[in-house]
Amino acid sequence: MAVNILISGLISGSMYALLAIGFSLIFGVARIVNIAHTGFYMLAAYCIFFITEKMGLNPVTAMVAAVILVTLMGLIVYMLFIKPIREHEAAVLIGTIALAIAMQEVMLLLFGGSFRSVPSLIGGYFVLLGVKVFYQQLLTFIVVLLALAAIWILLMKTRLGLAVRSTAEDREVANLMGMNESRVTMIAMGISVGLAALTGAVVVPLTIVSPFMWTDPLIIMMAVVVLGGLGSIKGSFVGAYMMGFAEALVVFLIPKGAFLKGPVALSVMILVLLIRPEGLFGVAFEEER
Amino acid sequence: MKKITFGGVVLMAVCLVMGMTFPSWGANVIKIGVIGPMQFMQGKGHWNGALMAADEINGKGGIQVGNKKMKIQLVKADSNEFLNITDATNAMQRIITRDKVDFIVGGFRSEAVLAMQDIAMDYKKIFIDCGAAAPELCQKVADDYGRYKYFFRGTPFNSLYLARTCFIQMGTVGAILKKALGIPKVKVAIVGEKAMWVDPMIKAAQGLIPKMGMEVAGVWRPSQTATDVSAILAAVQSSHAQMIFTIFSASVGITFARQAGELKIPAVEVGINVEAQKDGFWQATQGKGNYVMDMNTYCRGVEYNDLTKPFVDEYVKRFGVTPTYTADTYAAIVYGLAPTIEQAGTLNADKIVSILEKRVYKTPGGRIKYMVDKEGRQTHDLTWGPGYLTSLGVQWVDGKQVGVWPYHWVAAKGAPEITYKGIVPYTIPPWVIKAYKK
Repeated sequence: MAVNILISGLISGSMYALLAIGFSLIFGVARIVNIAHTGFYMLAAYCIFFITEKMGLNPVTAMVAAVILVTLMGLIVYMLFIKPIREHEAAVLIGTIALAIAMQEVMLLLFGGSFRSVPSLIGGYFVLLGVKVFYQQLLTFIVVLLALAAIWILLMKTRLGLAVRSTAEDREVANLMGMNESRVTMIAMGISVGLAALTGAVVVPLTIVSPFMWTDPLIIMMAVVVLGGLGSIKGSFVGAYMMGFAEALVVFLIPKGAFLKGPVALSVMILVLLIRPEGLFGVAFEEER
Repeated sequence: MKKITFGGVVLMAVCLVMGMTFPSWGANVIKIGVIGPMQFMQGKGHWNGALMAADEINGKGGIQVGNKKMKIQLVKADSNEFLNITDATNAMQRIITRDKVDFIVGGFRSEAVLAMQDIAMDYKKIFIDCGAAAPELCQKVADDYGRYKYFFRGTPFNSLYLARTCFIQMGTVGAILKKALGIPKVKVAIVGEKAMWVDPMIKAAQGLIPKMGMEVAGVWRPSQTATDVSAILAAVQSSHAQMIFTIFSASVGITFARQAGELKIPAVEVGINVEAQKDGFWQATQGKGNYVMDMNTYCRGVEYNDLTKPFVDEYVKRFGVTPTYTADTYAAIVYGLAPTIEQAGTLNADKIVSILEKRVYKTPGGRIKYMVDKEGRQTHDLTWGPGYLTSLGVQWVDGKQVGVWPYHWVAAKGAPEITYKGIVPYTIPPWVIKAYKK
C-alpha cells in the first residue's frame, strides 16, 4: 500500500506542481489571478483529441502542436483581454472566470458534452514493488520532472529568469533598473500558459477529456498556491506534492471515502493556514516583497 | 399623419405582444416539452426519441382529441442538470410558464428530477420522467396522490429493481465463473460512484451478495469525475475479487473500464455503467473496455417484442447510434400519451391521469404497467419482471455490444425460461480465464 500511495501521490503532485507553478509565476510577476489557467489546460487536451482522433496524426505531434497553439492563444488572450484591465485586480479575477466559462461553452458547442479520450503514448504497464504502474504514468512523471527542471534552470540560471524573479520581487524597482516590465510580464504569461498546456498534453492520456475538466484541478491548484504561499514557486512545488499525497492517503486508507480526497486535501490546506496564514513559503507582510 | 403613424405602431406592438404571449390562439397543436441535458448523450436521446415520436404521429395526421386532430409540437429545454440543478428548475419553469407546454417528458438526474417534479406538479402538468431511477419520485405519488398524480415514471424502472436486475445478472455471471473456472466462492468487489442513487444499491448489494453464495471483497466509492482509479484497482486486485460489481453513471465509468482493461485486472466487470451503454464507449476507453458488461435497455440485434427492431433500426438509421434508455421519450409519447389522449378525448390532465395509470401497454422496451403499493395506492412506478420490463445485460465484445442476458433465465420456480431473440452466451475475458482456470 505504501508504494501505491507513493506512486499515486507523485503522479498527482507532479500534475498539480506544473499547474500551480504556472499560476504562481504570473501572479508573482504581474499580480494576475488567472482563473482561466486550467481552461488552457482543457484547451490543450481538446487540441490533442482533435489532432489525434479527427486528423489522424500521431500523439507526439499533437502534443507539440497543442502546446504551441495554446501558448499562442494564451498570449493573444493576454494582449487583447487581460493586459488592458491588468491594473484592476477584481476585474481581472472576474474577467478570467468569464474567460474560462467561455472556453468551456465553446468546447461544449464544438465537441458536445460526451466524454472523450486520447491514446496513450506508451500502452501497457510494469510492476514496481508489487504495484502495477502504467508506462504512461511513468512517462508523465518523467516529463513533468524535466519540465520542472527546465523551469528551474530558466528562472535561476538565465538572464530572463533573473528578470522574471526581479519583477516578481519588486516591479517598480525592476523597471527602474531598466527591465521592461511589460515585456517580462508577457513572457511570464507565455511560460505560464505554456506550462498549463504542457500539463494538458502530458496528463490527457491519463484522463477524460470533457468541457468541464478544468474545474476540478482549478480548485486544487488554487489550494496548492495558497498553501505554498501566493507567488512563491518553491511553495507551489512543495504544496503540490503535499496535496497529491493527501489525496493518495485518503483513496488508499479510506476506500469508501475515496470521493472525499478533494475535501480532505483542502482541509490540510486550511490547517496549515491556521498555523501559518501566509502559506508555507509566503511572506507575512506585503512590504517584505 | 403623426397620430396615425403612432397609432399604427401601437397597434403593431400590441399584435406582436399578443402573438408572442398567446401562441396557442387558433393553434391545433399539443405542446410537449422535452427537458434534459441537451449537450450530452442523455439529453440528445430525450430529444431524438421525442422527435421520432412527433414525426411519426404528425405523419399520420396527429392525435385525435375529441372531434379534431391535433399535431404535436415539441419544445426543447436544456436542463443543464449535470452542472446546475437550478438551471433545471428554471428550464422547467420556463417551458411551463413561457412556452405553455401541455405535457413534459425527459429529465435525467434524480436530484434534478426531484426538483423539476415539484414545479410540474405546481402547475398540474403531466411529467413523464425518462431517466431518473430514484424510488422517492414515485413514493411521493403514493404519499400525496392529490398533488403528485401528474408524475409518471417512463424509464428506467426504479433503482431497487435496477439493483435486483443487476444482482440477477451478477449471480448469472458468478455461476458462469464458478462453473467455467472452478471457483468455489466468487468474491465480489463493489465499486459505486458517490451519488444519491447509488447509496441504496450498495446497501442492498452488501446484504444480498452473501445470500447468493458469494462474498463481498470490499466497497469502494470513487468520485463521479475521478480521472484516476488505479489506486482503487490496486486495492480491488489485492482483495482477490473475481468480479467487480460496478455502479456508475458518470465519466468514472470510462476511466474505470479503461484502466481496468489496461491493467488486465483479473476480475470481470458487471453491473451498471451508463457510459458503457453508449456507442462512443469503445473510443472513450481506447478499446480497453472489452468484456465490460452493463445493464442496457437496447442493443442492436436484440428484440423484446415485435416493436423493438423497427424502433432500434429506425433510430440507428436516423441518428447513427444505438438508442439509450432516455430515447424512451419515443415510447412515452407514441404508446403512452398519444393513445391515452385519444381515449380521454381531451387534454384535461386529470382525465388523462385516470386513464394512463390503469393502462397496460406494449412498448419497444417491454410492457408497461403502473404499480400500486402494498396499501393499494397508485405509485405510477413501472412494474418490473418477466412479461413487463426486464432490461438487458449487454457485453462489449471486440468493439461491439452484444446481448448476453436474459439467457435461459428462469425468474422463479415454475416460471417460463426467457431468452430474448438475439441474446448470446456471456464471454469471460481471456486474462481472467488465465488467472483462475485450474
